[in-house]
Amino acid sequence: MKNIFAVAGIVIKELYRRKDFYVLFILTVLVCLIMASVNIFNDKQIVRYLKELCLLLIWVSSLVIAITTTARQIPAEREQRTLLPLLAKPLTRTQLIFGKFLGCWLACGLVLLCFYIFFGALAASRDHAWPLLNYFQAALLHWVTLGVVVALALLGSLVFAAPSSNSTICFVIVAAILTVGRYLDMVALSQAEPFRSILYAVYFAIPHLEIPFEMRNLIVHDWPLIEWNFIGLYILYALAYTAAFLVTACLVFRRKPVN
Amino acid sequence: MTSPRTFFLLLVALLVFCFGLAAGLAPRFQALESSRHQSDNFFSLLLGDSSRMFANSFFIKADAYYHSGYYPTIFDNNEAFKTPHVAEDTGAVNSQNHGEETDFMGHPRDWIDAFGRHFIPNRHTHLDEGGPTDDLSTSDNVREILPWLKLSAELNPDDIRTYTVTAYWLRRMHKEKEAEQVLREGLRNNPQSYEILFELGRLYKDSYDDAGRARNVWELAVRYWFNLSPDEQKENRLILEQITTNLGKLETDADNWPQAMNWLHLAQKVSLTPGLLQEQIDGIKWKMSGQPSPLFLISGGAYY
Repeated sequence: MKNIFAVAGIVIKELYRRKDFYVLFILTVLVCLIMASVNIFNDKQIVRYLKELCLLLIWVSSLVIAITTTARQIPAEREQRTLLPLLAKPLTRTQLIFGKFLGCWLACGLVLLCFYIFFGALAASRDHAWPLLNYFQAALLHWVTLGVVVALALLGSLVFAAPSSNSTICFVIVAAILTVGRYLDMVALSQAEPFRSILYAVYFAIPHLEIPFEMRNLIVHDWPLIEWNFIGLYILYALAYTAAFLVTACLVFRRKPVN
Repeated sequence: MTSPRTFFLLLVALLVFCFGLAAGLAPRFQALESSRHQSDNFFSLLLGDSSRMFANSFFIKADAYYHSGYYPTIFDNNEAFKTPHVAEDTGAVNSQNHGEETDFMGHPRDWIDAFGRHFIPNRHTHLDEGGPTDDLSTSDNVREILPWLKLSAELNPDDIRTYTVTAYWLRRMHKEKEAEQVLREGLRNNPQSYEILFELGRLYKDSYDDAGRARNVWELAVRYWFNLSPDEQKENRLILEQITTNLGKLETDADNWPQAMNWLHLAQKVSLTPGLLQEQIDGIKWKMSGQPSPLFLISGGAYY
């Protein structure tokens, strides 16, 4: 575990040395503040459009940070020729993969913390309310979902040659799941065989990341809390996919030449 | 070696060319600028005709906000949402909605769908009735639909429905001044709109208690309605019935009985329930004859 945490620590330090997060955070803040300054029929209490926009920007920014940070981890080590010295130390390949994953996932957690604090402050400035538990549920599910994305990007970084192709493919897959993942079975119904069966299989095989993404509506429109047992079930569901991707990544990395 | 005189002449020639080019381009730029001013606003300039498509999407978005996010997608059964409820509840549009609005999702298709429904809005509510909390004291939250309606109006200034719906909800929120501004803006873009004039009349009558101005704009609305082609008149009977019934009520309140009867007779011609209007006409006839109406006696003195 010590080795895993050491690798994770380096990844986190790398995140706050890079400018990606700062740029995306400042952009999100700027866009939200500009939108907040729009006068809508002299009503200062209108807030839901701002909440929706801010949450959407948080989702986009966090996905960009998660995928781009993770996709360059192992290729960068290989490119800078630090992978071999790293593995020459008492560090196994599995520990390296888990360390990289943990570092990226924790870094995403820190990023989400900053974003959700800003979101809460923005909403409270107009709503004059702090539904902290609702925000906690949203942030928690968001973070768990990013875990799946990070594991997927890590696996991709071992399969695809360049970080750019890996990032692009991950973005396409995640965007497709977020937009049509919930309706893939209905799309399958309108197709002829064998596409129908293939789409059905894909529908049940993919991680349904759109579940917490669509939860934004509950936060935006002030719906009551989700029951905690469903939150727990989703966390187990997402962790299962994360574990599956990580185990696959370890298996792929075990057979891969490091030089 | 080239003499300084040649350089000087070259410089003069260049200056003359620049002056001529500027003089030739200036009128073209002015024409371009004025055409830009005519193209309504930033969105129209940026998006062109596609702005109308976006305008409709934002109107639907306002309806989704009215339902606090409980809204069908293109994959769901939207029979009960064909006419946006945010417009339907103003009472000024013909509803084309059928089916059950509370259960458009149907039964869960599988365990993923059933599980996912715990993470999305899953109950039919309207913001003006308290929204998800069912707390009527929060009915002011209906203000949340306004940004999308404003954006929709800016993207498609010719969509009359957006102005009337926005003005109706602003009036409900006691923002009469803003409602009037919206309707005036709508009239600037659609000068012969009887729907906007009707809504403006309602604002004068109900919010400002100004019967004179209400009468003027409603009478103008009736004139514009009769400018429609016969087919258009057939499709827009509801609005004429509403205008004339309101005019009839206004004249009755002003004890102008013959004029009130004229308006109610006109309303009868386009109404789906002429019997109800006939009862009102009979009530006025009784009043004109100086005797109390039998319905007046039955209702215990309340005007019928």
